[in-house]
Amino acid sequence: MGLHYQRRKLANYIALGVSVASAVFGIFFLFWILKDVFTFGFAALNADFFTQVPAPPGEAGGGMANAILGTLTITVLATAFGVPAGILAGTYLSEYGRKSKTASVVRFVSDILVSAPSIVIGVFVYAIVVKPFGGFSALAGALALAIIMLPVVIRTAEEMLKLVPDSTREAALALGAPHWKVTVSVVYRGALRGIVTGVMLAVARVSGETAPLLFTSFNNSFWNFNLTEPTATLTVTIFNYAMGPYEDWHQMAWGAALLITAMVLLVTIISRIIVRGRAG
Amino acid sequence: MAENLKEKTGELDISSSGADGYVSLSARRQSSGKLGDAVFKGVAYGFAFSVILLMALLFIVLVKESWLSIKAFGFSFVYSSIWDPVAQEFGALPSIYGTIVSSIIAIVIAVPISLGIAIFLTEMAPKRLKGPIGTAIELLASIPSIIYGMWGLFVFAPFLSEYVEPFLIDYLGFIPLFTGAPLGIGMLPAGFILAIMIIPFISSVTRDIFQMVPSILKESGYGVGATKWEVIRKIVFPYARSGVIGAVILGLGRALGETMAVTFLIGNAQEIKLSLLDPATSISATLANEFTEAVEELYLSSLVELGLILFLITFVVLALAKLLIARFSYKGGKL
Repeated sequence: MGLHYQRRKLANYIALGVSVASAVFGIFFLFWILKDVFTFGFAALNADFFTQVPAPPGEAGGGMANAILGTLTITVLATAFGVPAGILAGTYLSEYGRKSKTASVVRFVSDILVSAPSIVIGVFVYAIVVKPFGGFSALAGALALAIIMLPVVIRTAEEMLKLVPDSTREAALALGAPHWKVTVSVVYRGALRGIVTGVMLAVARVSGETAPLLFTSFNNSFWNFNLTEPTATLTVTIFNYAMGPYEDWHQMAWGAALLITAMVLLVTIISRIIVRGRAG
Repeated sequence: MAENLKEKTGELDISSSGADGYVSLSARRQSSGKLGDAVFKGVAYGFAFSVILLMALLFIVLVKESWLSIKAFGFSFVYSSIWDPVAQEFGALPSIYGTIVSSIIAIVIAVPISLGIAIFLTEMAPKRLKGPIGTAIELLASIPSIIYGMWGLFVFAPFLSEYVEPFLIDYLGFIPLFTGAPLGIGMLPAGFILAIMIIPFISSVTRDIFQMVPSILKESGYGVGATKWEVIRKIVFPYARSGVIGAVILGLGRALGETMAVTFLIGNAQEIKLSLLDPATSISATLANEFTEAVEELYLSSLVELGLILFLITFVVLALAKLLIARFSYKGGKL
């Protein structure tokens, strides 16, 4: 009895120890990566970084101002394309389609698109926009990001709209309001916080995307204010600089990495606080 | 204001001349409500349906753009291992092999750790630690993949080549998988970084599924004197099995399509080597490196066909994952 009991207890402690070690493993890598991004990144940041365009290869100095602007432009455009479309499609799923065949197919397809390889979306946009219209452009990049955003927004919007109880909808309908008005001024209002959080997370996610931008917005070493021209972004610049041979390029890449990471983490943490506030 | 008043009086005084005004007003309101409903529903339906069209268009466009290569190489594209842009000779096997092997390495490393994390979060962690640790693990998922790639290249690869790979070669070198030079880049480093990237996905889905195990089942286990580990192994695991398999396949789908981290670490060599320490390539890495350099029609078309193959593989894998997880009525979209 004693031996058997000891053995079971031992197995228990080993298993629980392994599970604690797993959690430690995950957190260890999170901190290791963040520590390096922050220390190397801060060393690279200075006033020039935010105000200058890249210096010619091999020359010291220069900055990433054009890439910062490019990332902002493309992300804002992608949000403008992807979010309204996603919210409306999500509205269809939660308010009209519900258990219909179309709705379940849309859900299935969205869930697959959420995890589809983003580089394939880049190839797709290259084929339908870049090739026929004769060149890389900020618009093509924004379209690729919007396609990546769309399924994320659809599923979050649906989840959040579903949290609004049906009795609220029925109360508004009973007052004689048309269905669309109930949706816009009652259901949307109820789900606003959740939808805003979901949209923020989706925006944060696409702003860190690189693969779909490689063949769509491409890159540019200069200022560009034309949406139909190749445009630099922070992420594609990181790719080119980190793969490049110069030490100060690597420095700049760390700076850009810090900027992107800090932004994404900040948005993620803020949206988590918002969600928690609602739950509590 | 005046209209409002009229509406109110009209309702009370149906026989008076005001009734006409009320009826027509209300009819107008109703028809505008109906029109509004039809338009709103139509637009919402249109956008929802556009997702299905988008998926169809993705397939059609990829097939159309890779037609040149499909015609030129036929099925041999999939099993030929020659990738020679100069000779215009293209075979996808090295890329497909790299994609699959690096993802398998990722899964082998990530699954036990993710299960451990899920167990820790659902069964062990004190309430005060649950939130922060869960969040920390999920923050791993929010770090952009280019950051993983860059960190992997500048920090992790030198670390591996200095401390870990010489050790592997010295002590496990008798296994063909661990031969070669300690470069720090190759199949194993790429798979390892992929593992870190998919751990948060697998562990958060698994945690959600573990939480759905009815506590009465677990309590009856404890009631007959089982240890925590026995409850987990004999009650939680069997109950959650298909959902956990779904979560693992979801992680696999993520790993297969991941681009930037792999591109930095896999070494980009169009060859198939048995050793996991040698440089290799993957579909996504080949695309990222060569797509903008491809000038010739056939070269470009072959690259698109690579993309098509990747899309087909991930489509099947993700559909399978979704079907398995759906049995747990897990509501997707959070990831």
